[in-house]
Amino acid sequence: MADVKTTWNARVTVSPHLHEGSSTAKIMISVIACLLPAGVWGVFLFGLYSLYVILVSIAACVLTEFILARLLGRFTLNDWSAVLTGLLIGYNMPPSVPIYLPVIASVFAIGVVKMAFGGLGRNWMNPALAGRVFLTFSWTGFMTTWKTPLTWRSDAVTSATVLGYVKSGLVDFQGTALGPVEFLASKGYPLPDLPGFLAPLGRLFPGRYGALFLGNIPGCIGEVSAVLLLLGSIYLLVKKIISWEIPVSYIGSFALLIWFLGGRPFGAGLFTGDVLFHLLAGGLVLGALYMATDMVSSPLTRSGMIIYGVGAGFLTFLIRIYGSFPEGVSLAIIIMNMFVPLINRMTRPVVFGYVKEGKE
Amino acid sequence: MAHKLRTFGEGGVHPHEFKFFTNESSIRNAPIPPEAVIPLQQHMGAPAECLVEAGDTVREGMLIGKASGVFSANVHSSIPGKVKEIRDIYLATGMPCKAVVVEFEGEFERGDNGPLQWQDKDPRELLDLIREQGIVGMGGATFPTPIKFTTREASPVETFVINGVECEPFLTADHRLMLEKTAGILEGIEIVRRVLSPRSVLFGVEENKPDAIEALGREIARRSADIEVVVLKTRYPQGDEKQLLKALTGREVPSGGLPLDIGAVVSNVGTVYAIYEAVALGKPLIERIVTVTGPALKNPANFKVRIGTPVGNLLEECGGFSASPGKIVAGGPMMGFAVADPGVPVVKGTSGILVLSEKQSKPVLQTPCIGCGRCVSACPFGLSPTTLYKWIEHREYQEAMTAGLMDCKECGCCGYVCPAHIPLIQGMKLGKQMARRKG
Repeated sequence: MADVKTTWNARVTVSPHLHEGSSTAKIMISVIACLLPAGVWGVFLFGLYSLYVILVSIAACVLTEFILARLLGRFTLNDWSAVLTGLLIGYNMPPSVPIYLPVIASVFAIGVVKMAFGGLGRNWMNPALAGRVFLTFSWTGFMTTWKTPLTWRSDAVTSATVLGYVKSGLVDFQGTALGPVEFLASKGYPLPDLPGFLAPLGRLFPGRYGALFLGNIPGCIGEVSAVLLLLGSIYLLVKKIISWEIPVSYIGSFALLIWFLGGRPFGAGLFTGDVLFHLLAGGLVLGALYMATDMVSSPLTRSGMIIYGVGAGFLTFLIRIYGSFPEGVSLAIIIMNMFVPLINRMTRPVVFGYVKEGKE
Repeated sequence: MAHKLRTFGEGGVHPHEFKFFTNESSIRNAPIPPEAVIPLQQHMGAPAECLVEAGDTVREGMLIGKASGVFSANVHSSIPGKVKEIRDIYLATGMPCKAVVVEFEGEFERGDNGPLQWQDKDPRELLDLIREQGIVGMGGATFPTPIKFTTREASPVETFVINGVECEPFLTADHRLMLEKTAGILEGIEIVRRVLSPRSVLFGVEENKPDAIEALGREIARRSADIEVVVLKTRYPQGDEKQLLKALTGREVPSGGLPLDIGAVVSNVGTVYAIYEAVALGKPLIERIVTVTGPALKNPANFKVRIGTPVGNLLEECGGFSASPGKIVAGGPMMGFAVADPGVPVVKGTSGILVLSEKQSKPVLQTPCIGCGRCVSACPFGLSPTTLYKWIEHREYQEAMTAGLMDCKECGCCGYVCPAHIPLIQGMKLGKQMARRKG
């Protein structure tokens, strides 16, 4: 036992001497944990190969980071960020993607987007999204081939995503429809029934909106289940691991624009857009809650976060409704990532003791 | 308390309070140290000029260090005895300093001349008394009180604020003082009222000290004193004078300015009590209340301690360590200084000695900044600590100054919340020193 008057062997550091107990690793692990249910659903929906895709993505990210950090004489895996990036890359893959694609995406994300700029904290773009976008432009065919849910046995059953189906269907569409859901129905877009043991859920959330909400639709492995992604995010929001400013401003601005103009492509008037459909179909929930909120590539201040979220919402709307892609979330977020330094500069907080304009 | 409690604006944190160790324990007299190490600089400003030599005999309360100029403060011997030597020591802050080492000898002269009549003295005489007795701010910053009380003709004092917030976790010295020396504090306030003639007197206390609030209310009612006790929502760093003024008046002290710029003067309760002792009892500032506490200490307690008492003596008085100590801190856990040497003395600004556990002081892996913005949200001064830190890391001190480095009060909120465990405050301190050196 140390003696009070002679030897203490106590540490000497600069204040503060207390800490709330958070850590980078805890943040990453929490996000990973909250993402897991949606992944389990994806694997259930699209088969074991999806699990393989996710695991390979994680392994490729971890290995790339390990090797590159090692070359620099560092070890960085204990911050868990590489695992999270790998998980997100896996979630952003179509279920039937050839296995080398997630590997390429992972090497690109970790090697080029993250480590080449100095590792965690220096990447100016969300690495997982950069990986996905890189693949989308380079292997467009594979990245837009989707598997019909719950067709585990036959690998050949493919169908377009709801957004993709609507987009391509609208190209030579002449008549008018009330909106995307009715449009899908009129074209006979197939949606499989949930298996028996999940039937009560299907009754609770019936129809096509229910299928969208539960995630019984084609899409990327981890993005389809809106409900599970939302549930996971509640924990992150309550624990303040993700800020409410980004998802609320992102989803809010997007929803407003869709409501205002989203009906136009169907020949309907202003203020008739199907907001619910656009929120639940596609990658918006995953993007707005888990990717746009990536701390490194989003602004520092609350007001900056709102500007960033509104920008992402606007761009997603623009790409989805007027662009040539059915989606738009990934591109919207990485474009906004590039504006983050500018936004941070614009939204510096007012220092205490400086008279705010218009006051006093 | 049906209405919403007042508090400051943006930022701030609410750490676990840990006040339960000592908030029920009455103030006890710490033993007279066999050897008091009395630093000549216990205040902000220039060190006091040494008036004694080795071998001199000193009385309790005798002036041994004379203020060297306006921005300085007198230092008195806290015990009777013989000057052993003038030694170079390091203060808890790590600053080197000369100290008079007094060996305890002889008797205390119990000069019982009763309470002095200060009521008929004019403000200038009272201010001189405060200066003579070496009064400095006891909240930790140790700003010489006479300077604070020297008001300008052009700007009269609107509000005198007594800071009874004690927002640092663990500390209960001010709490116990308000509870046990209520009358003395209120008389101290009357003395200050005579010096400053403020239009109003506000007494800020956080809601986590209900017994002190009640005691103050009772005593104020008994004397029908014109003092408003304002109960504040418990939040750190509300005890910072600028944040306290924001909480009480809604106004911000201009950057780089003093509270007087918005017509306010703020004093800690400890300071007000010291003023009472100095003026009404004729006693210089030679002791203060210190909370000695922490999870790795056997018997935490609040002590009245002679200035110059080595920290080790106080820990011994508390029964020693109950577990292996992780860190020993002079002051509060958010702004205090880790101490390596048991011989470091208690000075005028030492409000507490904390013995933190191994677990609380374990070094944590530092990871790169992930730009989460929590430090920005936590900063009560509207700074972006991560941005400042990056400028300082890149030795761009001028840029850091432009971004508000000098507005940082080192309150520690940013470091408290940083998930990457970046030593932000260390960066701020370094940056300020380097910027001053260059400028």
